[in-house]
Amino acid sequence: MLKDVTIGQYYPTGSVIHKLDPRTKILFTTAFVVMLFFLNNLWGYLATFLILLTITLLSKIPVGYIIRGIKGLVLIIMLTVVLNLFMTPGTPVATLGPLTVTIEGLKVATYMALRLIFLVIGTSIMTLTTSPIDLTDGMEWCMRFIPFVRRYAHELAMMMSIALRFIPTLMEETERIMKAQKARGANFETGNIIARAKNLIPILIPLFISAFRRADELATAMEARCYRGGENRTRMKQLAFEFRDGASLVLMFVMIIGLYLTTWIQIPLLFPV
Amino acid sequence: MTKESNNRMIDVRDVHFTYPHNNENEAVVALDGVSLHIEKGEFVGIIGHNGSGKSTLSKLLNAIIFPTQGDVIVSGLNTKDQENLWTIRQTAGMVFQNPDNQLVATIVEEDVAFGPENLGVPPLEIRERVDRALAIVEMQAYAHQKPHQLSGGQKQRIAIAGILAMEPECIIFDEPTAMLDPSGRREVMETIKRLNRDKEMTVIHITHFMEEIVDADRIIVLDKGKVVMEGEPRSIFRQVKRLKEIGLDVPQMTELAYELRNEGMKMSDDILSIEEMVNALCQ
Repeated sequence: MLKDVTIGQYYPTGSVIHKLDPRTKILFTTAFVVMLFFLNNLWGYLATFLILLTITLLSKIPVGYIIRGIKGLVLIIMLTVVLNLFMTPGTPVATLGPLTVTIEGLKVATYMALRLIFLVIGTSIMTLTTSPIDLTDGMEWCMRFIPFVRRYAHELAMMMSIALRFIPTLMEETERIMKAQKARGANFETGNIIARAKNLIPILIPLFISAFRRADELATAMEARCYRGGENRTRMKQLAFEFRDGASLVLMFVMIIGLYLTTWIQIPLLFPV
Repeated sequence: MTKESNNRMIDVRDVHFTYPHNNENEAVVALDGVSLHIEKGEFVGIIGHNGSGKSTLSKLLNAIIFPTQGDVIVSGLNTKDQENLWTIRQTAGMVFQNPDNQLVATIVEEDVAFGPENLGVPPLEIRERVDRALAIVEMQAYAHQKPHQLSGGQKQRIAIAGILAMEPECIIFDEPTAMLDPSGRREVMETIKRLNRDKEMTVIHITHFMEEIVDADRIIVLDKGKVVMEGEPRSIFRQVKRLKEIGLDVPQMTELAYELRNEGMKMSDDILSIEEMVNALCQ
């Protein structure tokens, strides 16, 4: 269950996409996510699909691995689809008891589902191809341009990198605690939602206690290694914006513009304009 | 400064340390008048039962905590002076017990770079230091791995590399093998001993495992916040009865020799290793 989460994981393959400067990738992903919400017909989603497919192939990450990342979100996607399907007023196409499916509902539901799927795929490609260190470095750099956040850029980046470092450790720990509680007769599989939530308490409490203990020890270890915030700190790896980054930025700009242009297409595809 | 003190790595002078309160809200005396010194290049083992104050002592040496009374001098600098803080932490590095809770970065080499980055070392030099440190602990092959994919012993060696990259003069090991399996323990001990032997690193090794310190230069025994014994491994482990009284073990072979002697066998009282035991038995 926990192993299905691919967001935030890094999958090194040494591809061109991996070698890009993290700032390039952050910039593109941000623009891409914003663009997703402007798309208003299937042509746009088709183009998005092609762009994502190209990037995925270039990144050499197995397609199955990326698809697995969506599995964890199936419930949310389903919920969105169902809600939009039945709650959107318009021309009815089918009725199911008190519920009516409309053309508009079908359209919105499809768009929302695609949007969510592409959003997850797009952002997970970024994290899969960027080492967490590069990612936080890139974000630290980007945060320098956001007023109010600027002052805490280093601290936020450090927190993010520590969080990423401890995700696998805490997951292992969760699984260990679950096994230990199961061995004591705990039941996580049956019962209604409330019963199941209650059953999580014997997992969460030991997990939290241990997380706090870890945090305390880690802080001591960091201080012992002369950590004193971002001031006067140097980095072993400097971010370097290279020719391929410039070239990719141009290409990405073209793609985003291309995506935007699809919103002007008047030819209906599957759904009326 | 006298010539003698030039050679002195660490000087602990009549140090008291009291934790302000425990769970029951009463003050706990962890160290009660400890005086000791560590010379440059020495390998000193510190042993003591749980609650003897050995972990407190280690944290005092690295200026993570400060004595309630008395002085801790590291390489001529008093830990009480705030301006010495970072120099002391750089001079006396520290490796902790839990390998997971001292690795900061998600990639091995980035973690080794963490210390020098904090010290503001220029990027190119950090690169050199990281490669050198990883070579010393023989972990170059793992430079791009994620820490959570390594074994306990390997993680601990990375932690050691992280300290080495700060170029300290002395490393304090606070029970670095306590959470490891036997093979991990062996890896880490070999690394520590090699550091002391080949790199002339001053090593202070706090441990529960007596076998790890049989070839130390000196052993210091703590009990209830006081130094109760001090000397060469042989002279310490000879006092089996006394060590047992304060809840400590002796190396297995010393224990065996002790029991054999109690049964009336003629047996020397300073046997530490299997080899010595074999020699004694085959005479």
